[in-house]
Amino acid sequence: MRKALKPAEREKLLGTLYSFPMGIWFTVFFTVPLAIIILYSFMRRGLYGGVEFQFTLDAYKQMINPSFGKVLFRTLWISTFSTILCIFIAIPVGYAMAKSKYQTLLLFLIIIPFWTNSLIRIYAWISILSTEGFLNSVLIRLGLVKEGLHLIYNNGSVILVLVYMYLPFAILPLFTTIDKFDFFLLDAARDLGATKLESIIKVMFPNIKSGLSTAFIFTFIPIFGAYTVPLLVGGKDSTMIGNIIVDQVSKTRNWPLASAFSMILTVASLIGVFWMLASAQKEAAANKPKFTQQAHEQKVKAHHSRRHR
Amino acid sequence: MNYHPYSKKKHISFSDSMLVLTILFLFIPLFVVTFFSFNSAKGMQWEQASLIWYKTLIFNSPSLWLAFKNSIIIALTSSVSATALGSLAAIGITWYRFKGRSYITTISYLPMVLPEVIIGISMLIFFSAVKIRLGMFTIFAAHTTFNLPFVFMMVQARLDEFDYSTIEAARDLGANERQALFKVVVPAIMPAILSSFLMCTTMSLEDFVITFFVSGPGSGTLPLYVYSMIRYGVSPVINALSFVMILGTMLIAFTFRRFLKTVAASS
Repeated sequence: MRKALKPAEREKLLGTLYSFPMGIWFTVFFTVPLAIIILYSFMRRGLYGGVEFQFTLDAYKQMINPSFGKVLFRTLWISTFSTILCIFIAIPVGYAMAKSKYQTLLLFLIIIPFWTNSLIRIYAWISILSTEGFLNSVLIRLGLVKEGLHLIYNNGSVILVLVYMYLPFAILPLFTTIDKFDFFLLDAARDLGATKLESIIKVMFPNIKSGLSTAFIFTFIPIFGAYTVPLLVGGKDSTMIGNIIVDQVSKTRNWPLASAFSMILTVASLIGVFWMLASAQKEAAANKPKFTQQAHEQKVKAHHSRRHR
Repeated sequence: MNYHPYSKKKHISFSDSMLVLTILFLFIPLFVVTFFSFNSAKGMQWEQASLIWYKTLIFNSPSLWLAFKNSIIIALTSSVSATALGSLAAIGITWYRFKGRSYITTISYLPMVLPEVIIGISMLIFFSAVKIRLGMFTIFAAHTTFNLPFVFMMVQARLDEFDYSTIEAARDLGANERQALFKVVVPAIMPAILSSFLMCTTMSLEDFVITFFVSGPGSGTLPLYVYSMIRYGVSPVINALSFVMILGTMLIAFTFRRFLKTVAASS
């Protein structure tokens, strides 16, 4: 060794060397852009797009507008409804997967549609649901209907496609937590006289809470910020908050308003994430901690101090 | 007594039937586009089997191939940079204490949880504020940014299982920091590095929303091309392209098969 650094200094230097490239990258391409959005939401709108550097609450005032309120309300109910639907489907699916002998095959089958390009999947639904689409042509051939039904470009098709797109986001975390669950507990509950449903609700659900909250957040946040699905399969009355933001940036060129809407989305997502983390921590504290970050850090510290002795 | 609460009569349980129905639900759209990619007619009326759309796709879609080339370039470059930056950072964060550690940890999770629209818009506004022309570079930067958290998480999970004393042993035997890194640590976490690289490539090839905001003229990727096809004139070539992309996804998932559980846990 050429230079003899004190262990603590060496550790600081190495940690910095390893981690700062990513830290700098995130600062430039993530923290700064977010900060700019926060800043712009308090600026005055520029004449030809952009902003004028003058503090104002105009953007937030413009948001209090019945037409935007309607979109915000619609975004909320569509995302809540689709998320709940996803979770209700994902619970039995995750349960069946966790109990199955063919887990890898089943994961494979869930992941393939999930990884297939999202636009291809949306396009597939358009070709199924459109007036001259697959479903209508089948219905007409079977003689069930005479003319193609209007199945697309309404809130129903938006919800259907959203559920289709984000269902795996709910299934995967639920599968992961249910897979760790000790199924003998259910047998024990049954032996003590509970019905199958009772044992699942009273014994399994409390044990998979973290999976439920992860599934909820990871489904709700992307649906809440959805842009392509309402754009491509929604009608005039299915615009969501994501579409408004994009329109404000590209069409109206009202950057402060777009930034203010983005702030709402960001804050809502962050609240959700912190709620999820808090509930996961509570559960970790309640259960016997098998592996926690803290325990791990202590382990690392112990290693280091042993070396430095 | 051979009583067991779950080994009852041979009827199919509710959860199993939900599983089967869900998998059908997930696959039906993929089957429909695949089926019609072999149809000679343009519409959704079956005429006869034909490979005409595959011919058009391969020999007569120059702009599609240009978009594909852009997609590949960006997927590879952004995956390399994300994998390198993310793996190094994971090593630093897992094993060393230093100033800025908690900032980096927190900031590396956020891009994963914010809606894509926010990432896209904020980068678009940032690039125009600092006057960087939109094009291949901006897409590369955006893709590296949204890929980094996944690399960081997957490599960190792998490092958690790795015993630090192995490095101490290497150092005791006279290895310097670089030798310890490349001869001990990197081989040990190679599976995680490879799988996060593949994951990055997949996500980069897949991304539409963020790319949509940060792309400039001439830098369109494959998903952007698909978007313009859907919006401005659907041609059955898109069915053929869909099937090719579904096959590609299956291939990636298949190479991933050993890591599927890790992937499920990390997403």
